[in-house]
Amino acid sequence: MNKSGHKSKNMWRGPVVGLVWLLLWTLAASVMGKPLLLPGPLDTLTALKGLAVQASFWQSVGLSVFRVMTGYACAVALGVCLAFLCHFVNLADDFLSPMRTVIRTTPVTSFIILVLLWLSDDVTPAFISFLMVLPIIWTNVQEGLSHTDRQLLEMTKIYRFGAFKTLVHLYIPSVLPHFASACANGLGFAWKSGIAAEVIAKPMLSIGKNLQDAKVYLETPSLFAWTLVVILLSLLLEKLLKYALRRINAGKGGKAA
Amino acid sequence: MIRFEHVTAGYDGKIIFRDLNVQFEDGRRIALMGPSGMGKTTLLRLIAGLLAPIEGKISGIGGENKVSFLFQEDRLLPWETAKRNVALVSDDQTAEKLLALMEIENPNQYPREMSGGMQRRVAIARALAFGGDLLLMDEPFKGLDEELRARVAKVIRENTKSIIMTTHDEREADLMGAKIIRIDGWID
Repeated sequence: MNKSGHKSKNMWRGPVVGLVWLLLWTLAASVMGKPLLLPGPLDTLTALKGLAVQASFWQSVGLSVFRVMTGYACAVALGVCLAFLCHFVNLADDFLSPMRTVIRTTPVTSFIILVLLWLSDDVTPAFISFLMVLPIIWTNVQEGLSHTDRQLLEMTKIYRFGAFKTLVHLYIPSVLPHFASACANGLGFAWKSGIAAEVIAKPMLSIGKNLQDAKVYLETPSLFAWTLVVILLSLLLEKLLKYALRRINAGKGGKAA
Repeated sequence: MIRFEHVTAGYDGKIIFRDLNVQFEDGRRIALMGPSGMGKTTLLRLIAGLLAPIEGKISGIGGENKVSFLFQEDRLLPWETAKRNVALVSDDQTAEKLLALMEIENPNQYPREMSGGMQRRVAIARALAFGGDLLLMDEPFKGLDEELRARVAKVIRENTKSIIMTTHDEREADLMGAKIIRIDGWID
């Protein structure tokens, strides 16, 4: 098959797969016959439509996105700083890396419950997103730094680049693929942990609280509708992130991320 | 003048040479020739300050003495164009002039878009652009055909005074007008 044939075949694959899964869902729901346990796609969409006309729906979506993305952004900023610090200062690495291990290995629910003791319901989800993303960014960026081409490093020494020039023209471009990959992975973690924290903390006007309420009041179609919202938002933010990273890469000679 | 006094050098637990005493005068062109593993590249790295001697003293290097080093590998930044690679060690004007002398037609290409020979010439342009008092070259004409070597050698000769190079080919030494020092072992 020629190139254009392949392309058109791939174009249809996604929608066809999606349709198949929708049909399977519809079939499963009708076989079960209990919308309280498993509503079908139509019930879910109807519930979503009912939610979308309410101002509180959009406020909840907006505030949840804000909480999660605030935590995510702080994690990215601090993660990069810690990676550079730990790469260049061995003592800092020795002192701080146990903390990274603890964060990475502790179950997220333990953190949520602990953090709720110290912080408000509103701030907890952002902090949890931050905590879950921080070790991902930190580890990946530090690994990227440690894999900086030694031959190129020698070249910068010979040609007296200096610290700033070496940072801008060697370290940052070297680390960019690792950073991009970490950001992409981290976004998914931020969402899952942030929403999980909202379910437990139940801040006002949040997706998590709405999920919990739907469960408590046995509004399963709404539960599915809110879950669909979370999935769609996650996909949208992922696409926006990929676009932003592509633009950054294009500006750096198109080195693959 | 660069002077090696009782220098012992090596790396990764391996001694390459012991108690070496040699001096390189300014304004000379020297070509080191010999089998692989004799320490020719190690010598260049010591002069460049990339390696410290295990014992002994090397004077006349470092500080204000600028050294350009054309490595065996091209070591170009893959995410910068040919022109940027050269301009980063000098300026745009110098980069353009030297790349033209190296017969690079499109200086806005990235290394991955260039042949091995072109990348080599960009690396040579960068070494010349840095304007070191001494030019160290490790197998400088790798990847260049005979005709091109002659033209590139001419540009290098016209733009540098002191050269220490390694090569396996006497003709390359002749092209550079360099005095050949054969190294079969490090014997005074």
